[in-house]
Amino acid sequence: MAVCIKRAADMETRFKIAANGTSVDETGVKFDIADFDGFAVEAALQLKEKEGAGEVTVISLGPDTVQETLRKALSMGADKAVQLKTDSVPADALAVARVLAGELKGGGYDLVLFGRMAIDAANQSVGPMAAELLGVPCVSAASELTIANGRGTARRELEGAAEVLEFPLPAVVTIDEGIARPRLPSLKGIMAAKKKPLEVKPAQVGESRVKVIKMELPPERTGGRIIGEGPAAVPELVRLLQTEAKVL
Amino acid sequence: MTDFYAIDSAFSEEERAVRDSVHRFVDERVLPIIGDCYVEGRFPRELVPELASLGVFGANLPEEYGCAGLNNVSYGLIMQELERGDSGVRSFASVQGALVMYPIFAFGSDEQKRTYLPKMANGEIIGCFGLTEPDYGSNPAGMITMAREQSDGSWVLNGAKMWITNGSTAQAAVVWAKTNGDKDERSIRGFVVPTNTPGFTARDQKGKLSLRASDTSELVLQDVHVPADAILPKSGGLKSPLMCLTQARYGIAWGSVGAAMACYDEAVSYACNRVMFGKPIGAFQLQQARLAEMLTEIVKGQLLTLHLGRLKDAGTMTPQQVSLAKRNNVSMATDIAREARRLLGANGILAEYASMRHMANLESVYTYEGTHDVHTLVLGQAITGLSAFQ
Amino acid sequence: MANTFAFVESRSGELRRVGLEAVTAARQVADATGGGDVHALVIGAPGIAAKAEVIGAHGADVVEVVEHPGLALYSPDVVAATAAERIGAGSYRVALFSASAQGRDLAPRVAAQLGVALGADVTAFEASGDAIVVRHPVNTGKVIATLSITGTPVLLSLRPGAVTAARAPRTARVEAIAPAMDPASARVVPKELRAGNTAKLDLGEAPVIVSGGRGLRAPENFKLVEDLAAAFGNAAVGATRAVTDDGWRPHTDQIGQTGRLVSPDLYVACGISGAIQHLAGMRTSKTIVAINKDREAPIFKIADYGVVGDVLEVLPVLTDAVRKAKQSH
Repeated sequence: MAVCIKRAADMETRFKIAANGTSVDETGVKFDIADFDGFAVEAALQLKEKEGAGEVTVISLGPDTVQETLRKALSMGADKAVQLKTDSVPADALAVARVLAGELKGGGYDLVLFGRMAIDAANQSVGPMAAELLGVPCVSAASELTIANGRGTARRELEGAAEVLEFPLPAVVTIDEGIARPRLPSLKGIMAAKKKPLEVKPAQVGESRVKVIKMELPPERTGGRIIGEGPAAVPELVRLLQTEAKVL
Repeated sequence: MTDFYAIDSAFSEEERAVRDSVHRFVDERVLPIIGDCYVEGRFPRELVPELASLGVFGANLPEEYGCAGLNNVSYGLIMQELERGDSGVRSFASVQGALVMYPIFAFGSDEQKRTYLPKMANGEIIGCFGLTEPDYGSNPAGMITMAREQSDGSWVLNGAKMWITNGSTAQAAVVWAKTNGDKDERSIRGFVVPTNTPGFTARDQKGKLSLRASDTSELVLQDVHVPADAILPKSGGLKSPLMCLTQARYGIAWGSVGAAMACYDEAVSYACNRVMFGKPIGAFQLQQARLAEMLTEIVKGQLLTLHLGRLKDAGTMTPQQVSLAKRNNVSMATDIAREARRLLGANGILAEYASMRHMANLESVYTYEGTHDVHTLVLGQAITGLSAFQ
Repeated sequence: MANTFAFVESRSGELRRVGLEAVTAARQVADATGGGDVHALVIGAPGIAAKAEVIGAHGADVVEVVEHPGLALYSPDVVAATAAERIGAGSYRVALFSASAQGRDLAPRVAAQLGVALGADVTAFEASGDAIVVRHPVNTGKVIATLSITGTPVLLSLRPGAVTAARAPRTARVEAIAPAMDPASARVVPKELRAGNTAKLDLGEAPVIVSGGRGLRAPENFKLVEDLAAAFGNAAVGATRAVTDDGWRPHTDQIGQTGRLVSPDLYVACGISGAIQHLAGMRTSKTIVAINKDREAPIFKIADYGVVGDVLEVLPVLTDAVRKAKQSH
């Protein structure tokens, strides 16, 4: 199995825009495996444990700082890591998918997992794009996944409904919330990660047709108005909802 | 906790990863229940298997004994994060690792190491450290627990120990006893006593107002008969238990920084949210002075322990250096906890806030593992060459 | 003059509102650029062709219809291949999809098959020279990115609700076309569509959301949240991660950073402290009401109207008042 992961900022950060106006200021920001990608790593580890066999390789595109992210996945229990080295991750999801597909092709993976989307760029595109480039079936945003006898069954959440799909392996699946909470790396796992193979390969990043021309903060939300205490506040609340907010 | 002085950059990736794992464990598993445990006077024993699989027990002991094999800075960070949760939880880990697994590792036979260490690492066997006695706390050399050798090489132990963390839940007790009359401190030896040995009883001490989420017990040994291989063969003299204490005190110097960080974080969050007289209380000069003082002391404490950890890893750390760090950091942490409690106002007396719990716990930490005053005299003697102990 | 393409999402033989939003957006592009037609594609089981009229009524000049018994359920391989074929066959500057659950699966596949860029989940877009410039929330909505996308065509998926579906009536030319591949040979096989509780409004579509957290103290107390939602009449019920992790509510009800991102007209947070990952999910709601007994709870900082009190006491009184307010309308 392979899991493609991205190094992303901690979303609890109060973000600031960098001086260049086209990126987020990284000073003092903590980074980790992007949220959904952590679910994907955990899903792969659980599948490996259930089978009692299989190897999990984690792959990440980016500069050397992603090695720490890859080692985190190794400390959770992944077996091998590959860094596709490049200065910065392109904004064009197809360009990212092309690099990843190039690495995944020929890897002999039965299953390639991605997080449903990168929590920062939030395009939710790289997984299905990579599958198309690899020419393998894909189910995206799986909230349940079972693999048996070379076939998989996945559930996807829709608006007010859910769909169930089946597919043959090899396949790409992107993982949604609900399948697994990423395990805490044990201290022995952290030590073991140092000895596991982490290969660094130069990445051939092609043309990116998406460019960031601006990053900005959304308008600050004003709030903090306490209108009363306990049930006694209800009449005033209803009045404000009717007259001021006009939602009632 | 803000990394105000960029101390993170002085840790290796592995050390940060260790800290982050334990940090997350404390956030997810300890903090949600520890306030209630403290009020109920209950140690959260259900966390022991999880702490064990995380690899926290004897984390700086070698992998060949089932331990994580971490360096001492990582070990310190573990203690820091555990005590950010609660001093009682950190005490459990300190006892298990530094006061039970360490003496077996340092003074035990290969057989004892193989028998006990892996099972203590995975939490199957819980240990306790029996040194302190009802009349001999700061002066362990005066202990009166005796071990009499029998003709077949076995030993009979008699005596009482007090203030023993994990005493009532331990399966094995490392007991220190004199083997040649009650005046000869050089005859102190260590014994690994299974707690189900006839004559061994442990009873929890009730009525504590501090370290309530921890089991503290009295041990009574009445003609406790242990085989010859119960003795820790390489132990000898007061130096042996003191070496264990140095390990534990090292961990406590880090742990107390964790408690201080917890109180500081709580105080900052409260100060920025709590509105009085039309603005957050963090906008008032007196509260800012409190917070500035707290941050300064925490940063100093962090730098102290970081350097101490590097010395320990280099093999050059002295007990006096540990005394300086333990004394300073516990003292500053107790002050920070109290000031945080005050900043929190009336809310600060509630168990749902951490500061007063830390404040009460730190009073025990101030007193145990060498009281603040004892460490003061250790430093005084190191400075002047003159002992002021008696 | 280039035409504009819109994929019209449907489910169980009914068009979905987001599909008509895509048509409206395409119509706006065509009108703004002063020419070119709107071509809409709809795919489903036999009978879906009857919906072509509604699509035309929202501004489509041409409606391409694919009807096949094997396409009653969304079959990703077939739909993606068909959309790619139709887009490839025309000369479109922009091809629009919805950033719905289906659209976020479909659009990237089509983009990869065509080898073109996709602007996903956009809240606004316009042509600018030879690029399409879009706005897209990133970092859980804490930052808004403006992106410039080049190439022809540019695929875009529209955030649901970013464009309001509007009528722009005309008589569309309807073309029946075949799917690009035989549905029977699709590798990914749709097996089942499990409709949710059809009485329940979806979180992504409800104008009002009443949400509950740990402050409700026990799973049974969620009844109070449901009662308030029922009193509003047009409300869905949401939950925080804390209570979905504990199993009080299903994961699909979770509003937050890795759960549902919602933007209703009114969000009522009951017994919710306001953890950052929860705020990420509801911060863009038009009006936020918070009920919590802890005056210091972070939720109050972003609430337009806060009530400090025990949610178990306040909710029944509020439910009653809302019910009366609705009746007197």
